[in-house]
Amino acid sequence: MSYIPNTDQEKKKMLSEIGVDSGDISRLFEGIPDELKPRSFDLPPGRSEFEVERYFRKLGKKNISDLIYFIGGGFYDHFIPSAIDALASRSEFYTAYTPYQPEASQGTLQAIYEFQSCICRLTGMEVSNASVYDGGTALYEAAMMALRITGRNKVIMDGGVNPIYRKMMYCYTSNLSIDFVEIPVSHGQSDRSQIYDHLDDKTAAVILQNPNFFGAIDDHSDIVDKCHSAGALVIESVYPVALGVLKTPGEMGVDIATGEGQSLGIPLSFGGPYLGFMATRKKYVRRMPGRIAGMTSDAKGREGFVLTLQTREQHIRREKATSNICSNQALCALRALIYMSLMGKDGLRDMALLCRDKAEFAKDKLQEIEGVEVKRSSPTFNEFTVKLPGNTNEVIGKLIDKGIAAGFPLGRYYKDMDDYLLVAVTEKRTKHEIVMFADCLEDALWS
Amino acid sequence: MIPQDLRYTNDHEWVRIEGDEAVVGITDYAQAELGDITFVELPDKGKQISKGAGAATVESVKAASDIYSPVSGDIIEVNNGLENSPEMINQSPYETGWVFRVKVLDSEELNGLMDAASYEKYLDTLR
Repeated sequence: MSYIPNTDQEKKKMLSEIGVDSGDISRLFEGIPDELKPRSFDLPPGRSEFEVERYFRKLGKKNISDLIYFIGGGFYDHFIPSAIDALASRSEFYTAYTPYQPEASQGTLQAIYEFQSCICRLTGMEVSNASVYDGGTALYEAAMMALRITGRNKVIMDGGVNPIYRKMMYCYTSNLSIDFVEIPVSHGQSDRSQIYDHLDDKTAAVILQNPNFFGAIDDHSDIVDKCHSAGALVIESVYPVALGVLKTPGEMGVDIATGEGQSLGIPLSFGGPYLGFMATRKKYVRRMPGRIAGMTSDAKGREGFVLTLQTREQHIRREKATSNICSNQALCALRALIYMSLMGKDGLRDMALLCRDKAEFAKDKLQEIEGVEVKRSSPTFNEFTVKLPGNTNEVIGKLIDKGIAAGFPLGRYYKDMDDYLLVAVTEKRTKHEIVMFADCLEDALWS
Repeated sequence: MIPQDLRYTNDHEWVRIEGDEAVVGITDYAQAELGDITFVELPDKGKQISKGAGAATVESVKAASDIYSPVSGDIIEVNNGLENSPEMINQSPYETGWVFRVKVLDSEELNGLMDAASYEKYLDTLR
């Protein structure tokens, strides 16, 4: 198929065929009500490539993008090895079409298959899909899965689950009548007694997060056991880097593991594109949404890859499909695959420990500041909660002027937490940067 | 070709009446149209079903099809063998490929089903 636009002659011929005068094409838009039409198409003249580039460069400079980041909240400033850009930007991957024709997409499909395998290894689960848009979408899809599998209607959500994801969940389900129950954390941890009080035979799932939004880590195996006894499933939203050292959702007996893969070689990019991953037990594979790449053999017996179990999807199941999602974040999943392969099991573990150790160092340094209280009621990974002697937003503003993103203001999503700051430390933060952060914070508070 | 002792629906389910119980499956025409069956989603034993409601789902490589219950009643038995061998529906749609058994609530409902000859005629209109 050629991509050459129609010539003026061809346009004239087509218009005369349907009885429209080529001098007045407004007739082509007769079907659109007047109030929905633009008042005019009077656009300014086109600009040169140089002028356009200059315009956007100037606009882009209005963003602050070179801060020293101590801010997390689900998305982290991790190092991205250059091998990832080099490989993922190869045109065979970068411009490949969506892989519904396996005979023309073996490269893409193999990459998806390997990505799925890596996610299973990382989470300790049995089967994974090809990815969805982001961690919040993955969590929503997991909740839908649980409702489908159990046929029940109640979902218990731990207050430590990312508030952005919870907001997404409510938005997605606003026209469904699901009974959501939120259980606030107790001293930063999942409140078992409250969760068990609400756990009953109407509960489809309990949704947890590890590490949770406050940075606290926990072993949820006990909650999993109680839920299974009640016939409910457990969904755990996880931080992939932390899985380098933490007990995996698989080991805890979790039914569906979800998470945000941005930390695996994807830049922060002011909000996206990101990478949602989902992994579950084999017995639930037919209820899982999204694409799944499978390994098979062709007519000549050669090993190959293909999108499989497509009867779950909407182009076959229609309104009974597992989801409307029929796509995946192929390029981001590829980056994550390259990252996980490069780092390997040992590399991920080393990186996780680096992050944890630097966070512990930061905790000690910040604790030294008068009036600052580092919350230590729970063990943490690389993110922790700090109580400041005053409103966090002011402090954050002052530190941005010093070139530091101090952390996430918890008051934005949690009532009565206006003086709480969520601080994240990754392997990129040097000792010097952490000390400088503490000094600048002290200045901002007391000078 | 088409078993004479069974009754049929125009959704291509067959029914074998055994006293006050009905065994249900899909016809040879249906299995041929679907192609190789890869998965069968069976109903739960004990489930109450109404006539015309979706009881089970049959998946092939290219389609997913609902099997509707031709009668109202309780599902008292399901063919668990289909879990590991869904191809039994292709190989033996009227015998080993049966799908579920219902305890019939109202035998009047059975009167609306087609006999073998009527089902044959119906298939002719489709071909």
